[in-house]
Amino acid sequence: MAKKHNDGYLSAKESRQIARENRRVTDRLEKQRKRKNVPESEYLTQMRDPGNAVEFENLHTCFFTDAGVVRSVDGVSFEVPIGKTVGVVGESGCGKSVTSLSLMQLLQRPQGQIVEGEIRLNLGDKAYDVAKVPAAKMQELRGNYVSMIFQEPMTALNPVFRIGDQIKEVLVLHNTEGRTEAEIEKRIIDLLEMVGIANAKGVAQMYPHELSGGMRQRVMIAMALACSPRIIIADEPTTALDVTIQAQILDLLRQLKDRINSSIMFITHDLGVIAEMADYVVVMYAGRIVEKGTAEEIFAHPAHPYTIGLMASKPVVGKKVEKLYSIPGKVPNPINMPHYCYFRDRCEMQCEGCAGDYPGEISLSPTHKVSCYRYTEENRKEAQEHGAEL
Amino acid sequence: MRKFIAKRLMLSVVILFFVTFIIYVLMRCLPTSYVEAQAIRLAQQPGSKPYEEWLVQLEAQYGLDQGIIPGFFQQLGHLLRLDFGDSWKFTIPVLEKFRQVIGISFVMGAVALLLELVIAIPLGVVAATKQYSMTDYVISAVALAGISFPTFFFATLLKLVFSVKLGWFELNGLHSTAAIVGNMSAWQYFMDAVWHMVMPVTTLVVLSIGSLMRYTRTNMLEVLNADYIRTARAKGLSEGKVIYHHAFRNTLIPLVTIIGGSLPGLFSGALITETIFAIPGIGKVSYDAMVAGDIPFSFFYLTFMAVLTLAGNLIADILYAVVDPRVRIS
Repeated sequence: MAKKHNDGYLSAKESRQIARENRRVTDRLEKQRKRKNVPESEYLTQMRDPGNAVEFENLHTCFFTDAGVVRSVDGVSFEVPIGKTVGVVGESGCGKSVTSLSLMQLLQRPQGQIVEGEIRLNLGDKAYDVAKVPAAKMQELRGNYVSMIFQEPMTALNPVFRIGDQIKEVLVLHNTEGRTEAEIEKRIIDLLEMVGIANAKGVAQMYPHELSGGMRQRVMIAMALACSPRIIIADEPTTALDVTIQAQILDLLRQLKDRINSSIMFITHDLGVIAEMADYVVVMYAGRIVEKGTAEEIFAHPAHPYTIGLMASKPVVGKKVEKLYSIPGKVPNPINMPHYCYFRDRCEMQCEGCAGDYPGEISLSPTHKVSCYRYTEENRKEAQEHGAEL
Repeated sequence: MRKFIAKRLMLSVVILFFVTFIIYVLMRCLPTSYVEAQAIRLAQQPGSKPYEEWLVQLEAQYGLDQGIIPGFFQQLGHLLRLDFGDSWKFTIPVLEKFRQVIGISFVMGAVALLLELVIAIPLGVVAATKQYSMTDYVISAVALAGISFPTFFFATLLKLVFSVKLGWFELNGLHSTAAIVGNMSAWQYFMDAVWHMVMPVTTLVVLSIGSLMRYTRTNMLEVLNADYIRTARAKGLSEGKVIYHHAFRNTLIPLVTIIGGSLPGLFSGALITETIFAIPGIGKVSYDAMVAGDIPFSFFYLTFMAVLTLAGNLIADILYAVVDPRVRIS
């Protein structure tokens, strides 16, 4: 950019340029996605580990906005093993939901696009790269192999259709087992009973506005589980519910996951929920993964200063504090990200290395990875000593 | 539901009473008086009585010598007995005059409304689903042009291009000379009328699709951003199914108010269009009656409009319950 303006100011010329450039990129990507009769070989891929349900590798998802390109997800890699729950945590706007929407190909088009990377989805006998799957094929995968439970049960169900009909839609659409009409009706009732709805027959005839928030979320779960998907994305499924209902819904999800042996990708900013649900935890900050590991590793030995800050800012039962800890500062502007560690300006544990480029991934154990200069070889020793002091 | 309708009907009767009262009071207070005009005309005839005497005589004759309130109740009494009286201006029974002109206006209004719905709603849906695309911009620009043209300008433009320059249609009227003379079969006569209706109906449609299209587009956009649309997509439904099944049903909810509200419009005629194309419709006739101070005709016509407006609202409310389960009253 030739001229330097105040933050957030764009001249008409610049904004035209951005719009033109955006259109060029998104049009190309859209055209590619909308092609018909794409040979399967183009998006067929191999799982790195057949024990994984999904593998994200170097995923880049961008939003081409009028103010510039926002890299919402910037080189994210992690995997969801079959039958396990992976928790994705991070503050609002860190790219948790965008990661999951990328897996569903449900990004706000045409602005939101996957520009780089692979999302390998294990279908059992084969694997697809979701980032390359054309729109028509994606419809077969959605709801069938991958399904999603949304944040707001109050608005996530269509107000003008009956509950039963809305569940039926998924079953009819992905009717791979060749069920008859009567079997589908029976399956609807079974599903509703499975998610703990008494009077399933009556509820199937009701409209969403006749149900409470907890009931609606149960219906959403029933809908998501209708085709026994391989992976369920739960995008803050309990945020809008009160605590008792929250506990019931979490319990339900855990049971059902085991029953149909699928994996859950659990997105939340509630650390308590993650501790209870997840086998693995991925911590995201400003579109990148700062730390990942097993739940035990993350909760007992948080390594990244951001994770440590998060842990410090949650209330602890039995401990009285004047004021809860909060991480100082704010997230950098998503359009002009700094080249150094995104967390540096807020970090209370800076070291000399922090002046350099964005830190690479450092393994603390086979499962525990962190992106922070404090854990490079030379700093490791020092940090351990520091840890021993605590 | 039945209770709700009964309640609404009873309420309508009360509203109607006050509406008729206001209509009558306003008619009596109009600066133009049919009786005064008549008195002046008669007084100017050679050897006639002076104006004042004529006025007194005519007022008594037309029932205007009593106060506004007694006059209103007398008029209301006639109305309740379905005795609408004779039109002062047209000197034939009100109903007969109404029957003569309402047909053509109704046909014109109904065809225009139908075309409007059939054109504007799909255009609005398409514009919304392809927001900020070339299609959207073109549709919006055309719709805006339609809203912005004054009727008389657009109608005159049509006449200039299609009848003066190209000669495809006749300038005005409802029938060609051959049809009036009578050497045409019934089918030819009908087609002749249709041919004459093309330009007036085009005028009405082009000028009205804009607002409905914008309305549909706005509503559709709002619905398309709703969470349940994302849920529908997450189920794996095709884009067509998402838009025309899930989104469209929700877009219909606010649209029914408009459709219910357009019922009186079917019978009100279109004054400017009718005048420009010289079509003998209710719009022109009711205007003439009003200007002449023709109380029986105007009273009947305005009351009829009020009844239709109330009925339109009731229909819209009932349709609301049909399309939106949340407002269904058990």
